[in-house]
Amino acid sequence: MAVRLRKSGLRIGHALVLLVFVLFTATPFVWMLITSFKHDSDLYNPDNNPLWFNEPPTLAHWEYVFHRTPFLRWLANTTIVGLAVIVITLALALPAAYSLSRLLGRWGERLGIAIFLVYLVPPTLLFIPMARVISSLQLQNTLWSLIVVYPTITVPFSTWLLMGFFKSIPRDLEEAAMIDGCSRLGALARVILPLAVPGIITVIIFSFTLAAQEFIYGLTFVTSTAVKTVSVGVPQDMVRGDIFFWGPLMGSAFLASVPVAILYYLVLDRFIAGFTTAGAFK
Amino acid sequence: MSGLVQRAVANMPVRGRSLWERENVLGSLMLTPAVLYIVLLVGFPFVFAIYLALTDATVGSPVGSFVGLDNFREIIQSRGFRTALKNTFIFTFSSQAIILILANALSMALQRDFRGKGLVTFLILLPWVAPVSLTTISWLWIFHSRFSLIDWFLRQLNLLEGNLFWLGRPDLAMIAIIIVHVWRMFPFATVILLAGHSALPKDVLESAQVDGAGFWRIFFQIRLPLLLPIMSVAVLFSTVFTFSDMTVVYVLTRGGPFDTTHVLSSMAYFRGIFGGNLSVGAAVSLFLFPVLLIAAILILRIARRAEVT
Repeated sequence: MAVRLRKSGLRIGHALVLLVFVLFTATPFVWMLITSFKHDSDLYNPDNNPLWFNEPPTLAHWEYVFHRTPFLRWLANTTIVGLAVIVITLALALPAAYSLSRLLGRWGERLGIAIFLVYLVPPTLLFIPMARVISSLQLQNTLWSLIVVYPTITVPFSTWLLMGFFKSIPRDLEEAAMIDGCSRLGALARVILPLAVPGIITVIIFSFTLAAQEFIYGLTFVTSTAVKTVSVGVPQDMVRGDIFFWGPLMGSAFLASVPVAILYYLVLDRFIAGFTTAGAFK
Repeated sequence: MSGLVQRAVANMPVRGRSLWERENVLGSLMLTPAVLYIVLLVGFPFVFAIYLALTDATVGSPVGSFVGLDNFREIIQSRGFRTALKNTFIFTFSSQAIILILANALSMALQRDFRGKGLVTFLILLPWVAPVSLTTISWLWIFHSRFSLIDWFLRQLNLLEGNLFWLGRPDLAMIAIIIVHVWRMFPFATVILLAGHSALPKDVLESAQVDGAGFWRIFFQIRLPLLLPIMSVAVLFSTVFTFSDMTVVYVLTRGGPFDTTHVLSSMAYFRGIFGGNLSVGAAVSLFLFPVLLIAAILILRIARRAEVT
């Protein structure tokens, strides 16, 4: 009896701890969603319960987001930049990772770690000289500025991730293919790449979510509303001075962030493995 | 095609393989584009940042003349810079301390299996996997001067009348920034710790339990020491991300009220990009570098130690 009481007590305590954590992490998202469906008169009354509907829900803020803000334009820009960053990242990181993990021996390992460390160089260290580079390339205020610069973040980390994948594929497989008459590149295309598909998918999602999340370079290079991505446009152009449009603002922030979060969550384990192996590379 | 290659191979005097097939040649060729790209768009801007910091370049006259260390001297003497430097360290280290405690507690709580664990994990990870510039806007609303969610709760509990004006008071604004940094980074530290927990030797934990060691004893005497390397990795990465971040400060306070919450990166942005003073902005950014370098060296050292054992 006492043991059972103790056990159920533990279980309740455990559930309470998790509940507190979930409340802390998820409340901002819940509040975003609720805010986006509330009437202004309901929102801007400090006595109303902010977490519930004191007046019936409304779609007015969502209509505003879709019809009277450049939100859809920003989503389209984000998609364009994201796709271009995926292509550049794969084109640079795939051959580099293969070369570092298979062809260059011990030096490949060392160079791989050096490339991973480039990932730790933050945008805030480089954004000022980068702004000069972008403007001397005549790319300021275009989506190209983001397409050119975002791979500085995605290529190093993706190279590192793919190195891990290539290393997990047994060398015997490609050697067998080469004995059967494949060239090394043929073996790479026919044997190794198909096996590295999970890694390639991780890189694709990582590159896309980065383009959807990045703020600092976007803020620095792009000033016109029409060429912003969603993570720059919403905080920059929908918050105007002291006049806040909280309904549309929360709606667009929620709608733009949750799909990105879900995508990112899908590859999170592999992404985290990139960090933990960096801390214990063999 | 492969017949051609084979004939070429047969004709090659070099160890029976074509130039393409030689590992270091092919390897270098495949590596070159990535390295070239990184050198041009990371290496060159970094050197350029040092050059800018040593000149008096502005957006109006981007080719400045050499002024030596004048920018650094001027920056160090300004009060705004010292506040930003102090804030950067306060924000980073206080949030890391809280993150360390929360991540340890949560990773232990997630050791046990229960129904709905997948959903709970997703909800907990949301702050880390969602775009920070967008989610910080929700905190702007939570800390609103009049309609703050926190103030409303405190009023319901009769702990507060009126409003706290979170972002209008320097002390509360700093606390608000720390809260958002913790909120955003502790899920990341938690998942890294979770990976560490799952790599612990099960037999050691079980035999300790059989020997009658309690929860806390196992935690402090077995788990914690074994987790120390991976915990340091989690904290180091999280430190790098927090230390160099300007998004949270930019969206929440823009350095206000009265420039009391600037960090190095936001100050670099406002002076270098917004104010157009490229050289001073670049010099301020460069102050980030030593700490990032130390973090990188520590990560490498932990990794090397793991390699030895």
